[in-house]
Amino acid sequence: MSGGDDVAIVGAGIHQFGRHDGVTGLEMGAIAARRALAGAGIAWQDIDFAAGGSDAAGNADTSVSILGLTGVPFINVKNGCATGGSALTTAHAMLVSGAAEVALVVGFDKHPRGAFNPLPEDWGIGSWYGETGLMLTTQFFALKIQRYMADYGISDSTLAKVAAKAFENGARNPNAWRRKPLSEDEILSSRMVNHPLTQYMFCSPGEGAVALVLARGPRIRELTKAPVYLRSVVFRTRRFGSFEVFSPSIPIESAPSATTEAAAAAFEEAGIGPSDVDIAQLQDTESGAEVMHLAETGLCEHGEQEALIQSGATELGGRIPVNTDGGCLACGEPIGASGLRQVHEIVLQLRGEAGERQVPKPCRVGFTQVYGAPGVSACTVLTV
Amino acid sequence: MTVQLIDPEVIGGTEEEPRLIGSECGRCSTVTFPRQRSCPRCTSEDVHARELATRGELWSWTIQCFAPKAPPYLPGGVEQFEPYGVGYVELPGEVRVETRLTESDPERLRIGMTMELTLIPVPGAADTLTYAFRPVEGDE
Repeated sequence: MSGGDDVAIVGAGIHQFGRHDGVTGLEMGAIAARRALAGAGIAWQDIDFAAGGSDAAGNADTSVSILGLTGVPFINVKNGCATGGSALTTAHAMLVSGAAEVALVVGFDKHPRGAFNPLPEDWGIGSWYGETGLMLTTQFFALKIQRYMADYGISDSTLAKVAAKAFENGARNPNAWRRKPLSEDEILSSRMVNHPLTQYMFCSPGEGAVALVLARGPRIRELTKAPVYLRSVVFRTRRFGSFEVFSPSIPIESAPSATTEAAAAAFEEAGIGPSDVDIAQLQDTESGAEVMHLAETGLCEHGEQEALIQSGATELGGRIPVNTDGGCLACGEPIGASGLRQVHEIVLQLRGEAGERQVPKPCRVGFTQVYGAPGVSACTVLTV
Repeated sequence: MTVQLIDPEVIGGTEEEPRLIGSECGRCSTVTFPRQRSCPRCTSEDVHARELATRGELWSWTIQCFAPKAPPYLPGGVEQFEPYGVGYVELPGEVRVETRLTESDPERLRIGMTMELTLIPVPGAADTLTYAFRPVEGDE
């Protein structure tokens, strides 16, 4: 039952992920926003707070020129891959504080083809780092999973299985980008990108948009018969000792990752434990990330992933389905949109509206986790 | 041809005996690379430069199989691209340093092997040297 302090998602909208020539990121964001508003049965005029962001497709608050100039307070966020999670954190705080009753969050992006090319100077590092050939996110992911595989006995086959599952789920998702299933062998024998990760184990920068309408207290039941409660949303940056992207050095003394800390705090705040989670969406910029994030979030123990994934437990029909919409691997990575895509997918799944990819078992508790450079993470716990 | 080091704030010593320049915190002794003006662990601003050890163990590695974009890579580096090794080398008691590796054959790299500091030309700038680590002979 909804109490006065509860916050719930009452509308969710998505613009298909992939490549959309001739449509700007802002336009995709506005389309997703209109769909979320329609889902909640309200108009843009009814929104009394908005937050949103993109990494490379412009200022989210410019959406007001498309959606309507209502004077709504609209905060732009820019937090790498955690942009969507940060927008959600901001809206949640405004709702809980009583400063707003109905809020909209939007995340969108539009990236050129090929790998990202961030500049070291923007990340507090000298130009020597980029000229030496170290300024690549793909290297970080490879270096992290390479060490992790040695420490915890994760196999190449498990990396391939994660990607195969993503494409299998993506084939069932009309909003996904990559919709062709690929076998474990096809994934393992595709072009090597950064050992041990091959081409099909990596997501690609892409395009897409997602928007959510959130409401507080009594407004929830006025707007929907099927609310999905946002029990917690927690955002963290890195601590000394965690291994993060764009690190010219890492301390020998190790510390929990930003994801580990955000997940633990999200579960604590929600009063729900990892073992209660029925379905999860985890940042899968590449196969290795999904493997490591399974344990960093507390959904399993470190090293348990090998048996878990090989047994099919993370597939649609498994004990703990992960990335049921195909994740970043099948949907692509429009940086500003991905965090909200995860929440959108949980909303559909908990409402039983996920169509061909609906998880067969009953689901009441969902969990999401995004991770981004240079060591930020946002996690949510959602329930019906 | 006169050669120069890519960044004298990052690499010190001589061309024959280069040293990486990190920093050490005067309060908690934490070592970082490259040099920082404050300590990421305890926030102290009492931090001084420190030359780092030149040998360590390979902590993790990968091979960069596609050419990075320019910028931040140099255009000439993209043109003459060949796959290269990248890794973290753990300098005992100090810090793990991210580095180019002179070895790019995955069959010849393994976690735990001994590595030693060296200099290599910056891809696309033949007169400029950057640092790398090479496997130490006899530690196969």
